[in-house]
Amino acid sequence: MSVNRFLLCLSLLVPSSCFAQGFAGLGTQADGFAIPEPNYRFQFPADHGAHPNFRIEWWYLTANLKDEMGEEYGVQWTLFRSALAPGEAEGWQSPQIWMGHAGLTSASAHFSAERLARGGIGQAGVTLAPFEAWIDDWKMTGAEDLSQLDLAATGGDFSYALKAQAEGPLVFQGDRGYSIKSPEGQASYYYSQPNYRMEGTLTLPSGPVSVRGNGWLDREWSSQPLSENQSGWDWFSLRFDSGDKLMGFVLRGKNGIEDFRSGTWISASGAVEPLAPGAFEAAPLEWEEVAQRQVPVRWRVKLPERGVSVTVEALNRQSWMDVAFAYWEGPVTVSGSHNGTGYLEMTGYQ
Amino acid sequence: MVLSVTDVTKTIPQSGLDRPILDRVSLQLQAGQSLALTGESGSGKSTLLHLVGALDGFDSGEIEVDGTSLSSLDEPARALLRRSSVSVIFQQFNIIPSLDVSANISLHAKLANRHDPAWEAQLAQRLGLEPLLSRYPEQLSGGQQQRVAIARSLAMRPKLLLADEPTGNLDEATGDAVLGLMLELVQESQTALFLVTHSPTIAASLNRRLHLSNGGLT
Amino acid sequence: MIGPALFTLLSHWRQHRFQLAALVIGLALATALWMAVQAINTQAKASYAEAEGYLQRFDQDALTAPQDNLTVTDYVGLKRSGWPLSPVLEGRIRLGGHNIDIIGIDLLSAPPITSTSTSTSPQSSESDQGAFLISLLRAPGGLILHPQSAAPLSERTEVEIHASTDVPPGLAIGDIATVSRLLAEPHRLTRLIYLAPNAPSARALAALPSHITFTPGNSSRIAPGTLTQSFHLNLTAFGFLSFVVGLFIVQGTIGLAMEQRRGLFRTLRCLGVPIRHLILLLLIETAALAFAAAAIGLILGYFIAAALLPGVAVTLSGLYGVEIDNGLALRSSWILSGFAMTLLGASIASAFAFYSLWKLPILQAASTQARGQRILKNFATWAQVAAFIFVTGCLAYLALSGLAGGFVLLGSVMLSAALLLPLCLWHLLLAGQRKASSPLAQWLWSDARAQLPGLSLSLMALMLALATNIGVGTMVSSFRLTFDGWLDQRLSSELYVTARDDAQGTQLQQWLEEKGIRVLPIRFDVLQQRSGQITIYGVRDDATYRDNWPMLDALPRAWDRLSDGQGILISEQLARRQGLEAGDTIALPPGWPNKILGIYADYGNPHGQAIVSMAALLRNAPDATNQRFGLRLDASETPALIKEIQEEFDLERENITEQEKIKAASRRIFNQTFRVTDSLKLLTLGVASFAMFISLVTLWSQRLPQLGPVWAMGVSRKTLALIDILRSLLMAGLTALLALPLGLFLSWTLLVVINTEAFGWRLPLYLFPLDWLWLVLLSLLAALLAALLPAWRLFHLHPSELLKVFSSER
Repeated sequence: MSVNRFLLCLSLLVPSSCFAQGFAGLGTQADGFAIPEPNYRFQFPADHGAHPNFRIEWWYLTANLKDEMGEEYGVQWTLFRSALAPGEAEGWQSPQIWMGHAGLTSASAHFSAERLARGGIGQAGVTLAPFEAWIDDWKMTGAEDLSQLDLAATGGDFSYALKAQAEGPLVFQGDRGYSIKSPEGQASYYYSQPNYRMEGTLTLPSGPVSVRGNGWLDREWSSQPLSENQSGWDWFSLRFDSGDKLMGFVLRGKNGIEDFRSGTWISASGAVEPLAPGAFEAAPLEWEEVAQRQVPVRWRVKLPERGVSVTVEALNRQSWMDVAFAYWEGPVTVSGSHNGTGYLEMTGYQ
Repeated sequence: MVLSVTDVTKTIPQSGLDRPILDRVSLQLQAGQSLALTGESGSGKSTLLHLVGALDGFDSGEIEVDGTSLSSLDEPARALLRRSSVSVIFQQFNIIPSLDVSANISLHAKLANRHDPAWEAQLAQRLGLEPLLSRYPEQLSGGQQQRVAIARSLAMRPKLLLADEPTGNLDEATGDAVLGLMLELVQESQTALFLVTHSPTIAASLNRRLHLSNGGLT
Repeated sequence: MIGPALFTLLSHWRQHRFQLAALVIGLALATALWMAVQAINTQAKASYAEAEGYLQRFDQDALTAPQDNLTVTDYVGLKRSGWPLSPVLEGRIRLGGHNIDIIGIDLLSAPPITSTSTSTSPQSSESDQGAFLISLLRAPGGLILHPQSAAPLSERTEVEIHASTDVPPGLAIGDIATVSRLLAEPHRLTRLIYLAPNAPSARALAALPSHITFTPGNSSRIAPGTLTQSFHLNLTAFGFLSFVVGLFIVQGTIGLAMEQRRGLFRTLRCLGVPIRHLILLLLIETAALAFAAAAIGLILGYFIAAALLPGVAVTLSGLYGVEIDNGLALRSSWILSGFAMTLLGASIASAFAFYSLWKLPILQAASTQARGQRILKNFATWAQVAAFIFVTGCLAYLALSGLAGGFVLLGSVMLSAALLLPLCLWHLLLAGQRKASSPLAQWLWSDARAQLPGLSLSLMALMLALATNIGVGTMVSSFRLTFDGWLDQRLSSELYVTARDDAQGTQLQQWLEEKGIRVLPIRFDVLQQRSGQITIYGVRDDATYRDNWPMLDALPRAWDRLSDGQGILISEQLARRQGLEAGDTIALPPGWPNKILGIYADYGNPHGQAIVSMAALLRNAPDATNQRFGLRLDASETPALIKEIQEEFDLERENITEQEKIKAASRRIFNQTFRVTDSLKLLTLGVASFAMFISLVTLWSQRLPQLGPVWAMGVSRKTLALIDILRSLLMAGLTALLALPLGLFLSWTLLVVINTEAFGWRLPLYLFPLDWLWLVLLSLLAALLAALLPAWRLFHLHPSELLKVFSSER
């Protein structure tokens, strides 16, 4: 892919660490960008759309799916926005750069693809009524409250088309959507829709497959989300058979700084409870060589206050997103005190 | 036997007619012997010398130099013979104008791979060339040049030394001196000398004399 | 054996250092000219290849709009339906006072444009490179240019300028955001590069909007290589000619050196060095000399090329619109070709000498110079070879035609004329001898004849050089004369003004007309045709055009019909390229008048050009910029008007140009064009003079036996020296006279055959007899200089030297 090199540079331009479900291209300096504040009052549908005054933003959907034979799959559809400068301008002069990532994982194969575009000319963007987030011919369209979505993406040797139906309300992470990412106070606006029922078709090189399952959408935007002392992150979204859900992340510290751990417990009843700092625990159990580096593919995850002590294991250990900012992202299975499925994202492993 | 000429015939085209300049000529020469060949101009003296020196080919008969039969030799083999066994001194002291006296003296010996500085120094001393060693031929008189040619020939210790009117371009006194030196050296080194001259006086100073006329020896 | 034999052979050169120098210098000069031309050609070709290779990155399979109406909306629509595309926007801008072709690409989707080590050190870290790319993306953005093009821009631009040798000269690359802003083209796109490896499906193609088509790669551009091929062929021919002239020197000196060493060869063979070894040693010697000469020639050639290259660069950009890299690079290809040519040339030049040595009987007396009838027979054989070459050349011209045929004809005529020269001179000298009454004069003529074999090669070289000078000189002068006349006709307005924008242009025009000044707006539209670019100008019906325009061919009442919108005038280049004549119609997009009313001269323009009435232009291109105007007024009023315009419209002084300045600039470009040929021509003459000098000096030693007897009969050394000089002048003069018709033939071929093919226009042939006289004098001067040293030596010769002739053989 010809732009790889460019994007590699882009990624190296700024500190490469980031936070949950994020991508690089993020500065620790705000440079005139807006900065998330506590006690923000979200406005919908406006906040489902883009916030060009913030440096980065994403629409990030992952899904755990099964076909009729019980074969498991994972799907990722992501639209990132990264601004070279705050604000928007007409046509080519727009400082907004958009990037799409699509992933499709089975136990035996993993596919990934990416798209790049700039704002201003209509090649990529987000509109509100009806809701549409798109880049080139990839799109996520649906109701303006995101209760229902259609999503589609095409890669070199795969594609998918899925429908998502929300079965619960939006969940606001952290302090009512204000999610703190470091002891220094870096933060983002972060809300999710963890309750999609999914169905649709995956097209693999071997042919189309009908699938059903569960999806999880993350919306997040920020301007200076990173601490200079963080080297990468491990992000978990786990869906237990009990109906409870756990979102937890570890921002791995460097230069002798401790890891920053946080998360949210979403009980089967729909009650949302931010976790106390450090309550969420995750430790690698097994490492695997992926793309010439060691990546943990089996984890021990604990949340003692909820009696959670589970093993999280990759469905496909080689779920490597071979895109400009390469990272590991794929479906996981959960066993132990709780059983279930989920998604794991890991970045910053050299 | 250093040289053996047996029934050699050589014809050269002249005025459209093929005239045998040498007609079944025979002669022998031992090591240390000197032989003078006399004859009138155009009698074929030089031609015979050239044949013996492997410089020219003949029509029939046989010439053996130091046991090597010339009739069967190709050009490279003749060159080898010239390089290692026979040496010729011409009337026009054919020394190399671009080499100094010392280099001229050692040239043939070096070509024959028989370079012997002591011997060359001795020759130079005997021939009175010592003060001239670093001069170039154009700075020498005729007698001096011919002495260089003699030194060059003897330096390679030939089995057979051929000389074609070696003193022809020199005045009498110089010629006598040069000839005397040459004979002395030939005697000492046991070299066979085959000398062509038209002067009976010179011929008289050699061991043997043969006269060439009408293509035959007498 | 080899060692002493080689030492002996080489000892010759220690005594003949001058001969050695002549051999090496002759060969080095020949090599130098050849290498210089090769270096220039290789450099230019490398630049083209680089440019072509570079442009090909943007010239892959693409979607284009034949009507040039591709928009960003089209692009987005196609992207959103899944087409793998990357947009390109091209244009031309004025940057820091220079016109520059500019290409805008979408850095987010384009194929890689340049190794990102641009402008920073090769080891620059990836984060530096990342920062660099971000700086291109982020406003105000940046442009990447070749260092040569970037240098003059310095800090006079709003965008950041980055130098990179990855980008060909004359081109600027930037992110499409930057480029569209600089071009003020927010909506237009030039084409959309198709990024997938497989061609689009028929269904996808069928679904394309009707104004967009799929264009397979490498079809939309004329390679500069083909345009400039002829120019380089021209240079190569020149280089080759110089090389041949140089070879004459080498042949002469090698021949002489062999001749002089015959005695030495004989002695060595008597001493038992086999002939094969001798030849081998001589081959080694020749190769070593050639190698040394080539090395010197390489250095000389490099400097000649470095001196000429800027001129070539100006020529190529002026005549063909191609930019080449000014910095000369040492490239193995031309270095190797130089060495190969030198070795080859030396072996050709010495082949005959080797052959005769091989055949030489061991006992033949030294130096038997051919005399009398023998020489004549040799010359007659040469003449027969000449006739054969001439006939072959003519047949080749008929068979090949075109540029290649022209060059073959040229080469064969030159070569056969050279071969014919000795026979001609022989007969001329014989005739002179018969006419001469005094015995000394008779001796002079006959002695000259006797010298012919030794001098013939250098005289041939002199004739070739003179003919080349006449030919090329006539071409250049004809060109200059024509071009000056044409400039006077074309640039008839006294003042040219450029407004800042169209609005100011309209104001300016109104203001000027109110002042009673005749205003000739210069408005045009550029059509991109498959056959190349055509600029169509619209003209007002004005006497200026009717009176001055340099028409080559026109229908009756052409200007009346033009102003009625009935037709079009086209440039000579356009007519020749498309094979059109007055009265034909030219293929243009619908709406344009297409009947050709006339053809006019448009020298020095690489692109096609045409003229229609202003009304026809505005009907087809209503947006044609209205910023440039030619003003007709009394020349004495211009300073005042310039001041007034500047004050009234706040225009920079550089926006107002006097006619004379434009003319001077144009002439400068054309002078540059021919500086290269001028220099080569002089160098060739220099080499030829040197050849004659060498011949005379080396013949010197062979002259004594001929001079001795004459001196002994009572002719003083002074007289002999004078006669020697006279003889050289006589030979050179006769050669120069014979070179004249050859030179004229050369001019004709250059102007009528080569020029038309190479530049696309034909020039009238003007004759310049004064130039010829000058050349004849120059060759006489060369002969005089060449003869002076031998004559001086003769004059100061000690009688004993002359006496030696009698005392011994040489």
